Amino acid sequence: MWYSGLKIKTFRTGGVHPHEYKGLTEECSIINFPVPQKVIIPLSQHIGKTAKALVKKGDMVSEYQLIGQKDGKISANVHSSIPGKVVDVVMACILNYQVLSVVIQLEGEFKTGNLKKDEWEPLKKEEILKRIESAGIVGMGGAGFPTDFKLSPPPDKKIDTLLVNGVECEPYLTSDYRLMMEKTDEIVEGIKIVKKVLGVRTVFLGIELNKKKAIKKFKDRLTSESNIHVVPLKVKYPQGGEKQLIKAILKRQVPSGGLPFDVGVIVSNIATVYAVREAVLFQKPLTERVVTVAGTIVEKCGNYKIRVGTTVSEVIKEVGIHGPIGKVIMGGPMMGINVSTVEAPVMKGTSGILFFSEKEARSIDYSFYKPCIHCSKCLEACPVNLNPSMLSILGEMEKWEDMKGYHLQDCIECGCCSFVCPSRRPIVGWVKAGKALSA
Amino acid sequence: MYRLSVSPHIHSKASVSRIMWTFIVALMPAMAASIWFFGPRALYLEIISVATAVITELLTGLLLKKRITLSDGSAVITGLLVAFNMPVSVPYYVPIVGSFFGIAIVKQLFGGLGYNIFNPALAARVFVMFAWLPEMTTWNAPLTTSGFSKLAGFNFSIDTITTATPLAIAKMKGMAGLLTEFGSKMGMYKDLFLGKCPGCIGETSALALLLGAGLLLLTKIIRWPIPLSYLATVVLICLLSGNDPIFHLLSGGLILGAFFMATDYVTSPMTPKGMILFGVGCGLVTMVLRLKGGLPEGVSFSILFMNALAPLIDRYFKNPVLGVKT
Repeated sequence: MWYSGLKIKTFRTGGVHPHEYKGLTEECSIINFPVPQKVIIPLSQHIGKTAKALVKKGDMVSEYQLIGQKDGKISANVHSSIPGKVVDVVMACILNYQVLSVVIQLEGEFKTGNLKKDEWEPLKKEEILKRIESAGIVGMGGAGFPTDFKLSPPPDKKIDTLLVNGVECEPYLTSDYRLMMEKTDEIVEGIKIVKKVLGVRTVFLGIELNKKKAIKKFKDRLTSESNIHVVPLKVKYPQGGEKQLIKAILKRQVPSGGLPFDVGVIVSNIATVYAVREAVLFQKPLTERVVTVAGTIVEKCGNYKIRVGTTVSEVIKEVGIHGPIGKVIMGGPMMGINVSTVEAPVMKGTSGILFFSEKEARSIDYSFYKPCIHCSKCLEACPVNLNPSMLSILGEMEKWEDMKGYHLQDCIECGCCSFVCPSRRPIVGWVKAGKALSA
Repeated sequence: MYRLSVSPHIHSKASVSRIMWTFIVALMPAMAASIWFFGPRALYLEIISVATAVITELLTGLLLKKRITLSDGSAVITGLLVAFNMPVSVPYYVPIVGSFFGIAIVKQLFGGLGYNIFNPALAARVFVMFAWLPEMTTWNAPLTTSGFSKLAGFNFSIDTITTATPLAIAKMKGMAGLLTEFGSKMGMYKDLFLGKCPGCIGETSALALLLGAGLLLLTKIIRWPIPLSYLATVVLICLLSGNDPIFHLLSGGLILGAFFMATDYVTSPMTPKGMILFGVGCGLVTMVLRLKGGLPEGVSFSILFMNALAPLIDRYFKNPVLGVKT
């Protein structure tokens, strides 16, 4: 095999092998999604404080205009993704919870045109960080950690390695894969920028073996750069989990309650690295991203570059859905959140929108879960080596405090336990409730 | 409004009924062997026992206002295992009482599937054992020709010639007694392996049981730790005490117990370490009872004993959580 020189790595504890469904979209090149008539832009698309609204009802905004000001250290700027009129600044239902959002109706013209390109090499570290900060870049793998904050670890944490996460282990999703295939040079440039900011010598780019073309592409591209290494990873969910990736590539264990920088590592996702490059080179704010739209009932499955704030209803109109929709999932099927309304918008962390038919949605009905039979399949599947069975039993009895004794806080909510559970217990649901209610 | 649920939104094909029905398939070779060696009456006992278990599950489910879980097949397993644990000559009311006790008292009254502390089939066996000791310890020699040939004639009568189980012979007369019974050592191993010896109808054929166990291990329904540590402990104790390990492995209910009963999910520990400890405990108690106890066999008691300890083992033998310093 052409990758025979490379050692295939993986994490050892737990993990599952769901059907991939990547064939629906993996050959679909990124296409621009039409400009939506209306966007709903939440002012909190990140971990931390909600951004302060800078616009009010009736204001006219232009594309890329700052509409939400970063509030405090852990927060992020939010920009308008279309020119138009602010029709409302309201609490809107985003991923099933209420967030202050700016609703903009398309109006006026796009004035931005072509952005001026800078060279990044002469820029100082501080200037690069400032550009990342003002562009409102956050982790685009889902967690939404503000990138400027992530890239400025406390001085006592010595960072020696950057891990770039090109794993994309969630079934269905291919948005990162398409970026890697189509924007290889740009991503390499982005990696170099992040590398400079962190001042690290070594970079590993982890890619799962189901994306052999991407591995080859980067391997060929990177032959001259000895310090960025492509690492092929075994196809196993959740290979792209931050802690699993660190364990697989570096054999380091992030301590309980700790972050990757505690073991000298920063992990950044492919889409984030790409957005960082655009922010630094063009001072372009993060107002659009590549989203995989897929599902057996979707007529035009594909990878679309969609503006932040575009609602599910606009997506449905564009891609075409045949038959009744059972479930709409923002993200992947293992960790994604399904929404109840077509008004839910695409956000910075939305890597996919999946449409399930009634039948597919009904096949996983957690309201008919059965008692735990202690088969211990969940213990075998858990990548953190928890006892999900016990967490589920305590959760079922609403003993949220007792769940802490079973390392509730260490659960990464990857869903492996529920995936293998023969009694189809909503274990992740109880864990989420436990985390919220035991604090 | 679309359907709302927590993640994950996809599932492996695993289900309780799939596990249970595979388990039932794995018991089929032993069921065939029971008919082969003990005739149609073995089948009759099995049918009665399963029917009682299923009806009891249904009625107790209705009475206790539980969700009826008949389709998951767990009652069928309990019924089959209860019958497997009886000599062919027991009166028909014995498996009826046994299955009723196992399902109604041991399983349903403790909360139903997933909540019982003891393996229902084993608790049922021990209960009827003490209630009808003579009937439960009267053994018939296996048939010399295939029992299937008698099925067509609905011939449910049994021979009245009674004999002793190999373990009982070993206990009373030692290895010399066994050799006079079976002729040679190799002949004894062969008969024990095939199942051609007196005993409970479902336990005698190691060959048939191992076929089923193979299926369960291949489909990952049961895992190696419990059976392996159980059998290894038995072998070790035999070697240390100067007993024949092969004889002890193949005789009595050890194979049935190690692969089909000690591995019961609900009543055994959940972590690999806990499973090994559980298996070692089963092996230890089995051999102490076999070598020093009042009865020739100790498999049921040992597993029940360890069932009681399983929650404690789970409490103290947890998997090390990644990233947590111990």
